[in-house]
Amino acid sequence: MLPILFVLTLVELGSGLVLDSFEATLLQFPSLLVLVPVTIGTAGNLGSVLAARLSTALHLGRLSFAPDDEVLAGNAVATVALSFTVFPAVGAGAWALSALVAETQLALATVLLVATASGAILAVLAVLVTIVATYAAYRFGLDPDDVVIPVVTNVSDVLGVVVLFAVVQIVV
Amino acid sequence: MAALDTPMSVVEVAREAYREALPALSVSLVAGLLSGVVLGGMQDELRVVSGLLMLVPAFLATRGNVFGSFGARLATALHQGLIEPRVRGGDERLRAAVTAALVNALLVSVFAAVATYFVLTLLGLPHASLLTLVAIATIAGALSGAVLATAVVVVVFAGYRRGYNPDTIVGPVVTTTGDVFGLLFLLLAVRVVLALLGGGG
Repeated sequence: MLPILFVLTLVELGSGLVLDSFEATLLQFPSLLVLVPVTIGTAGNLGSVLAARLSTALHLGRLSFAPDDEVLAGNAVATVALSFTVFPAVGAGAWALSALVAETQLALATVLLVATASGAILAVLAVLVTIVATYAAYRFGLDPDDVVIPVVTNVSDVLGVVVLFAVVQIVV
Repeated sequence: MAALDTPMSVVEVAREAYREALPALSVSLVAGLLSGVVLGGMQDELRVVSGLLMLVPAFLATRGNVFGSFGARLATALHQGLIEPRVRGGDERLRAAVTAALVNALLVSVFAAVATYFVLTLLGLPHASLLTLVAIATIAGALSGAVLATAVVVVVFAGYRRGYNPDTIVGPVVTTTGDVFGLLFLLLAVRVVLALLGGGG
């Protein structure tokens, strides 16, 4: 257990380093700082829900890794649809809550755009990472229930910060 | 759930997946926003203790990794009848599992603080002293670990006794408690350490 935890921690420190490198922007606009935990958390949740569903479908023999597989395609579509439902709420919530605690403000439209665009990109990435990780676990004879969720949540943390950083660079 | 033997179309699969996932995602969204508010309120501490922000993702992920697997083990042990769903009575296996989770959480938190210090030093970036970072990680790791271990045990046992499958409660409990209490205790730890050791440098 402990060696895996150390490796996952090093992965997370990569995400921390990206955060550290745009600390000045984050401290300037607290609504972006509020977005950080919820964005990386929601990306990880989208991925782990998908992972759990794919793993169950695999165990039940209902999943083949073909591009025209209905279970695969339907769950991928649902993940992207969920991101377009949840991330605008994330943006609105972050904007409203930071309006209560801080003076300097970004426009509501800016925060909504940052959250929704980051969410859409992250949903697509979470789908790809989850499918690849589930397929890899299956090929190596591992139980996807054990390995895929930690991989997906920790990778989502890194991708979440990187995507948020990229979107902020373009939008703000 | 649709019948397993009839093949479903892509739209049917998507609709079912969407409907089943939305409630849990919405609950953890609220918890995520709350932890974001705590992080947003930490601006002063983040300015004073350079490198603290780098520690945040690793610190939060450790809560999920350690106590998520602790909860999963607890659920499996309950299913197998290896432990009784009672906190009192001092079950040997339960105490050993709790101790192992707490020790893992502490070790990994301290490892994250040391690694943060060395990465920032190697890159020539500003950073607080090793003592400051390690002290913050130790205090925050111990306090949030104690709360999380208690929350997982109590909620899983109570849920199991009421007939819920502990496997489905563990994830949401760990993510919601972990993010909010993780950052609250991180903030508390920074304030305590700054009061004891002075500025972070």
